[in-house]
Amino acid sequence: MNDPTPEHYRARQRARARVMALILGVFVVLMFAITISKIRAGMAH
Amino acid sequence: MTIAAPLLPPADWRDFLALTKPRVMTLVVFTGLCGMLAARVPVDPVLGFTAILCIALGAGAAGALNQWYESDLDAAMKRTANRPLPAGRMERQSALHFGVGVAAFSVILMGLAVNLVAAAILAVSILFYVLIYTVWLKRRTPQNIVIGGAAGAFPPLIGWAAATGQIAMLPFLLFLLVFFWTPPHFWSLALFVRMDYAAAGVPMLPVVAGERVTRRQIGLYTIPMALAALVPWPLGLTGVVYGVTASVLTLVFAAMATQVATRTAIDGDGMRPEKRLFGYSIAYLALIFAAVVADRWILA
Repeated sequence: MNDPTPEHYRARQRARARVMALILGVFVVLMFAITISKIRAGMAH
Repeated sequence: MTIAAPLLPPADWRDFLALTKPRVMTLVVFTGLCGMLAARVPVDPVLGFTAILCIALGAGAAGALNQWYESDLDAAMKRTANRPLPAGRMERQSALHFGVGVAAFSVILMGLAVNLVAAAILAVSILFYVLIYTVWLKRRTPQNIVIGGAAGAFPPLIGWAAATGQIAMLPFLLFLLVFFWTPPHFWSLALFVRMDYAAAGVPMLPVVAGERVTRRQIGLYTIPMALAALVPWPLGLTGVVYGVTASVLTLVFAAMATQVATRTAIDGDGMRPEKRLFGYSIAYLALIFAAVVADRWILA
């Protein structure tokens, strides 16, 4: 019987999960930086 | 009894990256960045970066949706047959979800973090590329890239709007420059890959109207392109740095376009003038946008 999740499937999934985690991490940092910039701009006004 | 279809492995992340047409995205990001810098107003670095990121994501999403819709055409052309969808490395639905998701995300982020004017133009540019160019025009008319070219002309407007919150004459002229630059750029490419387009049934001008008409149209569209490139100087929107640079670059473009417009290809000549014009047209656009920025900052 064929294994529906052979090793290369899992390797692909792991690689995609790592990239997704990296993107989400960058997104969190970006949102934080945008918030700080907006607060600064609001204070300047 | 039903037989289960063979399970396609999950697409590699590099295939999702390839969906975004990174090379096209580079020029889009560059013209968007130049539009933003040409505005010459103080821009918060984080918000400026976010605006450029949104332009890149929007362009990437539009490219992904284009590939989702055109996977049958891509499969028929040598130049595009190895893209993730025609090569069978990705489910079509994955490309659709990816494209719609990234497009929505880029517009929402632009609206929330930068401003609504830039977000609105970004949304229009994505919809224009996907619906007007890809779905409506590309398979129906040889004028596809003339009208569809507007989609690629939006980034300098978006960059300017991201910096200032409004539109002005200079970014509008940059929009016109890219708009009129697109036909000579694409038709010079179409001249040397027309067999590919013909095989895929895409009504590109050389396929439908022939080589002579295409060459004449390349020459004709170079005229308004040159006007859009040169007019910012006499209007006082840019200074001498841009004026001289644009004049020289446009003169070279016009000379190459004239050669392509007036010659007849001979078997075995390798379409060298057409390939040269195509290559130069990319450098031309990059240099002319760099000249706008250099001029505006040197004058400042």
